[in-house]
Amino acid sequence: MPPKAKKKRQNEVFALGNEAVVEGALLAGCDFYAGYPITPSTEIAEEMARRLPFLENGVFIQMEDEIASLGTVIGASLAGRKAMTATSGPGFSLMQEHIGYACITEVPLVLVNVMRAGPSTGMPTSPAQGDVQQARWGTHGDHPIIVLSAGDVQECLEMTVTAFNFAEKYRTPVILLLDEITAHTREKISIPDPEDAFIYSRLLPSMPPEWYMPFEDNMRGVSAMPPVGTGYRYHVTGLTHDDHGYPTSKPKEVEHFVYRLFRKIDQFFYDIQLVDEVQCEDADCCIIAYGCVARSAELAVQLAREQGEKVGLLKLRTLFPFPRPIVEKMIRQCSSVLVPEMNMGQISREVKRVNNGQTKVLTLNRIDGQIITPGEILKKILKG
Amino acid sequence: MAKVTQLIHNYLRHTKKFPHVFCPGCGHGIVLGSLIRSVHSMNIPKDDIVVVAGIGCSGRIPVYVDFNTVHTTHGRALTFATGIKLANPRLKVIVIMGDGDALSIGGNHLIHAARRNIGLTTLVLNNHIYGMTGGQSSSTTPFGCYSTTTPFGQMEKEFDIAEVTRACGANFVARATVMQANLMDRLISTALEHPGFNLVELITPCHTQFGRKNKYKTTVDMYKWLKKNATPIEKYRELPPEKQKDRISTGIFVQKDCAGLEQRYIEARQKLTGGGK
Repeated sequence: MPPKAKKKRQNEVFALGNEAVVEGALLAGCDFYAGYPITPSTEIAEEMARRLPFLENGVFIQMEDEIASLGTVIGASLAGRKAMTATSGPGFSLMQEHIGYACITEVPLVLVNVMRAGPSTGMPTSPAQGDVQQARWGTHGDHPIIVLSAGDVQECLEMTVTAFNFAEKYRTPVILLLDEITAHTREKISIPDPEDAFIYSRLLPSMPPEWYMPFEDNMRGVSAMPPVGTGYRYHVTGLTHDDHGYPTSKPKEVEHFVYRLFRKIDQFFYDIQLVDEVQCEDADCCIIAYGCVARSAELAVQLAREQGEKVGLLKLRTLFPFPRPIVEKMIRQCSSVLVPEMNMGQISREVKRVNNGQTKVLTLNRIDGQIITPGEILKKILKG
Repeated sequence: MAKVTQLIHNYLRHTKKFPHVFCPGCGHGIVLGSLIRSVHSMNIPKDDIVVVAGIGCSGRIPVYVDFNTVHTTHGRALTFATGIKLANPRLKVIVIMGDGDALSIGGNHLIHAARRNIGLTTLVLNNHIYGMTGGQSSSTTPFGCYSTTTPFGQMEKEFDIAEVTRACGANFVARATVMQANLMDRLISTALEHPGFNLVELITPCHTQFGRKNKYKTTVDMYKWLKKNATPIEKYRELPPEKQKDRISTGIFVQKDCAGLEQRYIEARQKLTGGGK
């Protein structure tokens, strides 16, 4: 036996997608979880309940409902914690009002939504991707939001870390969409050492309290956020507010405030837009997919290539803000685009909007609680 | 009088534009004054106080005072407060809610916060009506009273806030009316230093929405009604049932010394990390 090269050993575990989310959250420095049990997201809460009490200030609490869960998470985040919750379809619907509250008060938090077949109680143990547009537009009013997705277990970990980083960096709630298949897949993953991981934490004020303006505009559009109880006494309100945080309805101040909310996301679009390109360089037909369907699509690309078809895959990790530039590039390059998804066409809608009649957009939808197989995708490609 | 004015000035926000939103004769300002006197008499630093409020007239209280203040969504103030308290148990978290906030939309949260016995000081400003929305009936509108949504009289029985909270297992439950400034100061001060979940129900008049529809000619009549009917709980219990009907029992209903949830959590965590390998 030759001696093994001394490589930095990474911590390898065999984990569920939901467990990988927990690993990612702990890696990102999350130490507060409030949630309510709902299939198929429960393993996240269960694992958090086991792990968090061992952290120095870790808190796990099971609340009375999803509304309370997200309220508690917002409270904890205001007190300076990195906090998260996880839920699924019906619970996600209940959380909408507080998502809006977190948007307007610019409170960083991570919300994992494991998508199950709906509407209503639907099929609790079957996968779907029907909450995509709800994640973007579920709460009332105009607001920007970041929505991410993950397609395999390693990605669950990575995207959870990314979600926390984005939340802290841009002071916004971030929604991570998984589907039941990804959440309940068990795979070997490697957990990076904390010193190897890139972790971002929110900006703290450097000025004395009497100079501090809680919602001040600056180059980044993101103001510093001190935890409550540290001497920076400011007002947090869900009402439209001015730079001091006081309620206002003056058109000028309102416009300034809402435009800043959008600008802080828009101007860092290229940082937020995460996509994976698989064999896209010479592709003539591009599959645009996300979540577990992207895994089927990856095999479909391989099978199609074996048959001499020039097929590529654009895998979306960021769903919103929609990665328009990169999708546009593929649209211009390809003679057709295929969007397979487990709903009646929620991302294909975005693709068609971007496409604006430039090329052929094919859709492949499945809503019977079954995964879209590589064979189905391949058949659709060959049929054109 | 001059002294009181000065005290208020130490606690009001200088950057906040006035006038405030409360109608003439509203009881909310009296409650805020009482809260400030209690905080001041106990020498709690401003930085350690977080005031969390819901929606409606009572939700507008915290914006004027120089503490850490959070104006949350309707009925959910207790959930935000739970998060803040668990994240930083050192803070004194005061929750201000109206009757619609606490018992109608937020009833579930109140029940569970009391059951958990988490260290929050809750002030419920009960004016028996939805004030800011325009005088609709709430779950504490007395039987037979008129509101914009009960134009022929309320047909449902009302909640007794203090009774509900007591039944759910809160540590400290008390009631006062805004006509009893000294009692109010005493109760709020006690609640501020008491462990576990504390609730003080404060009966406050809303002449604009409740009084005018229910045969109170002026604001003063409403205050007279409070003064006439407020009965200390010891006396109230001795009254025959037919006389109890219109009376408002005041004073301390429950006073227990169980540890609050945040305390229990800290102890459990120490056991795990200190005793465990």
